[in-house]
Amino acid sequence: MFSRRLFLQGSALAGLSSLLPASLLPAWARSASDGNTGLSNATATEFNLSIGRFPVQIDGRTGQAVGVNGTLPAPLIRFREGDEITLNVTNTLDEDTSIHWHGLLVPFQMDGVPGVTFPGIRPGETFTYKYSVPQAGTYWYHSHSGLQEQEGLYGPLIIDPHHHDPVAYDREYVLVLSDWSFESPYRIFAKLKKMSDAYNYQQRTVGDFLKDAKERGLGATWEDRTMWGQMRMSPRDIADVTGATYHYLINGHSTADNWNGIFQPGERVRLRIINASAMTIFNVRLPGLPMTIVAADGLNVQPLEVDEFQMGVAETYDVIIEPKDDRAYAFVAESIDRSGQAVATFGPRPGMRAEAPALRAVPTLTMKDMGMDHGAMSHGDMDMGSKDMSGMDHSMMDHSKMDHAAMGHDMSTMEMSGHEGHDMGGMDMDHSAHGMTEEANWPVEKKTIKRGPGVANVAMMPMSRLDEPGIGLEDVGHRVMRYSQLRSLTRNPDLRPPGREMEIHLTSNMERYMWSFDGVKFSEVTEPIIFHEGERLRVTLINNTMMPHPIHLHGMFFDLVNGGGDHKPRKHTVIVKPGEKLSFDVSADHVGDWAFHCHLLYHMHAGMMQVVSVLPSGDRLKEKHKSMDDMPPDHQMMDHQTMDHDAMDHGMMDHETMDHSAMGHEMHEEMK
Amino acid sequence: MHKLLFTTGAALAFAMTASSQTHDHGSSSTSEKPWSQADAYFDPVEMDAARQHMQAHDGNTPIGMIMVNRAEVQSSDDETVGVWDADAWYGGDINRIWLKTEGEYSFDDEEFADAEVQLLWSHAISRYFDLQSGIRYDFEPEGQAHAVLGFQGLAPYWFEVHGAAYLSDSGDLTAGFEAEYELLLTNRLILQPRLAANLSAQDIPERDLGTGLTDLQAGLRLRYEIRREFAPYIGVEYSNAFGSTADRIEAAGGDPDETRLLIGVRTWF
Repeated sequence: MFSRRLFLQGSALAGLSSLLPASLLPAWARSASDGNTGLSNATATEFNLSIGRFPVQIDGRTGQAVGVNGTLPAPLIRFREGDEITLNVTNTLDEDTSIHWHGLLVPFQMDGVPGVTFPGIRPGETFTYKYSVPQAGTYWYHSHSGLQEQEGLYGPLIIDPHHHDPVAYDREYVLVLSDWSFESPYRIFAKLKKMSDAYNYQQRTVGDFLKDAKERGLGATWEDRTMWGQMRMSPRDIADVTGATYHYLINGHSTADNWNGIFQPGERVRLRIINASAMTIFNVRLPGLPMTIVAADGLNVQPLEVDEFQMGVAETYDVIIEPKDDRAYAFVAESIDRSGQAVATFGPRPGMRAEAPALRAVPTLTMKDMGMDHGAMSHGDMDMGSKDMSGMDHSMMDHSKMDHAAMGHDMSTMEMSGHEGHDMGGMDMDHSAHGMTEEANWPVEKKTIKRGPGVANVAMMPMSRLDEPGIGLEDVGHRVMRYSQLRSLTRNPDLRPPGREMEIHLTSNMERYMWSFDGVKFSEVTEPIIFHEGERLRVTLINNTMMPHPIHLHGMFFDLVNGGGDHKPRKHTVIVKPGEKLSFDVSADHVGDWAFHCHLLYHMHAGMMQVVSVLPSGDRLKEKHKSMDDMPPDHQMMDHQTMDHDAMDHGMMDHETMDHSAMGHEMHEEMK
Repeated sequence: MHKLLFTTGAALAFAMTASSQTHDHGSSSTSEKPWSQADAYFDPVEMDAARQHMQAHDGNTPIGMIMVNRAEVQSSDDETVGVWDADAWYGGDINRIWLKTEGEYSFDDEEFADAEVQLLWSHAISRYFDLQSGIRYDFEPEGQAHAVLGFQGLAPYWFEVHGAAYLSDSGDLTAGFEAEYELLLTNRLILQPRLAANLSAQDIPERDLGTGLTDLQAGLRLRYEIRREFAPYIGVEYSNAFGSTADRIEAAGGDPDETRLLIGVRTWF
């Protein structure tokens, strides 16, 4: 408790600095200066949510939001693990709406995705969601209709554990990070379609060229520029929608509105951080104060102390901070492209304002982010003209900069025979096929994707990047979380090896602003991705684009294959970095149709979405028969028993030095 | 001419129909539902409608754009003219309808020296290029229709290019090619070189055109993007006519090569 005098002082400070009427905010989202000294642990079993349009104050300006119960963010929903929950959602809009419970293992007809799990909520209608879930932790909820998520329809959701909480803390806050624009989201999307770099004011200029030429030499700089120019790609293509239109928010507060929380020095404070942005991947840090990550995507992980982490849209992280000093600390959520940030304050007294750090230098992508596409670099086929193969010049690539160790799933024993051997002309299969997965003990469904209007690039050499901190955080000089470090606190519940593996390609053409899986937009999808009830399978995601994508699977947690053995982190959303190939194992326990998509809203809106149908086990034979009939031969699941491995061209792999018997298929980390 | 217009129009309509069947299609064309497990809990008819709506809105949202690339006043010692070059398109990722117009107005003569409109169907054929076909109609200097076949796209090294061949209703074949580049002095101050060339396959006396390269324009425009969508600019453009085209202009008392200063605005929405 703080004294009345302090409270008044805090209010006066807030009055000077903030134009945000606290009355429009739910208690948990208010600042300490507006009476929030930490979350209440009150839970309920019934919630009434009314979706409507209402005015909001952002950065001193009034805008129109779509949200819940007149607040942005939406109210905190808190209940106990296992309780039967009833949520009455009333739509007062003149358009359809919906609420999806992000990360919750609800029955699929309660998952809230129009056209996939239910018809949506019509204007004037009340839809009642009922469920109980076998999980605890920090989650969130948001609209899955149109672009309402960008307009403000998102809120936090906390489930308290039925039994003991392994995380001890003295005080807790929820921090909802988001991006707000006064432009209509439909306008934003249309602008991206017309001019995909419309919001990018961080392209490299003539000035940058001169600076680089001075530092690195004219020849090297010219080569670098021509290489990117030949590919028609920009190394500054890091965020589609930027600080040029976004106001970055923490609990509905911009930096100017200064959300502030208090602590008593020496306390353990739990921060439940939710990235509820439409498009913004954030770098999160508190300069001068380490964070201990204790939960990722709601589920507990072994405590990991870091100074910063990159947070994909829709991910949640719980961290413990233990501020010891009697001073204000900045909580910084910086957009991945460094075009803006939101800064909040933690201090021993309400109303304090920490100094906001300057935005750091804009990151520049490298060839690694291209999945090292030799073809695109050197052929650069001008599609209307003739191809001049004699112009191929691999010397442009700096092989020394490539991370060979990370290739081919970190198998240090694998011999890379050098890139000169590639047949660039006739290549239409990606080399990732030569990775360890091909030698898996389970059938692997591969897909060959081709360049075309919707696929600008095919990553020829995608690699694991789980041991990297994320774009722009490679050299920040302090500890940044890497996915490879995360370990589940408890043993993974299903330790069966996968029965099969499927590859899914993330594909795009930034120039046309087209986004898809396997080159097929959601509007063109004619059949879903099939999982069979009870099966354990591996999904391998290959990012052929230049952007990181937070990929979200509804209805089930997946175990990220990160070298964690039987303590792999279990997540609902994972960032797939540019040029990356990563895998997760998943148990198809929950029958139903589940959305599977990139959680960057405009990527989803452009078509980067699919449906995963978990079919009841009874349907299995029928479905298998059908799919074998329908699929072209090369898409059929490979039967390794009958395959002639000798006849395969494994060109670059030295099988002699590979210890097949030792491959447990989860040993990528261990083998490094 | 009517026959030509009809033929081109029919080809256009056919192409659009054919294309819409192979691309940009929603799920509505397939009789089998891609997924339907929610039908056990909700009205299947409502689910169908919701699914089709959802699919169409995640990947097949039609978009339209109007781009006034050049709206400028050009001035030389001899004359002052107004020049425009604007496009509009509407459609999906693969198929779009384009409307292009460009022309020149002479302030001295108080009349349009050139004015043309093109109606094109545009089809994405590769990563960065669209094939465009349709019709062009010249209102000035004299009414004339052409069939158009061309391309538009982004060439390596970020050159915006387009080119087209034109077959007039009198059977004359001409072609035009244009390339632009954007040099970022800053992220808002942009220097744009532009090169345009026109060719003719035959002498066309009534249009003052000779066989071969007829004329060339080289321009340099410096624009400032106050907003992405609105950028005033200044610049200079040099134009030169060649061969018998130049001879004809000279014979008519004109100057085949000319340098003009210009001021204008580029805007899109």
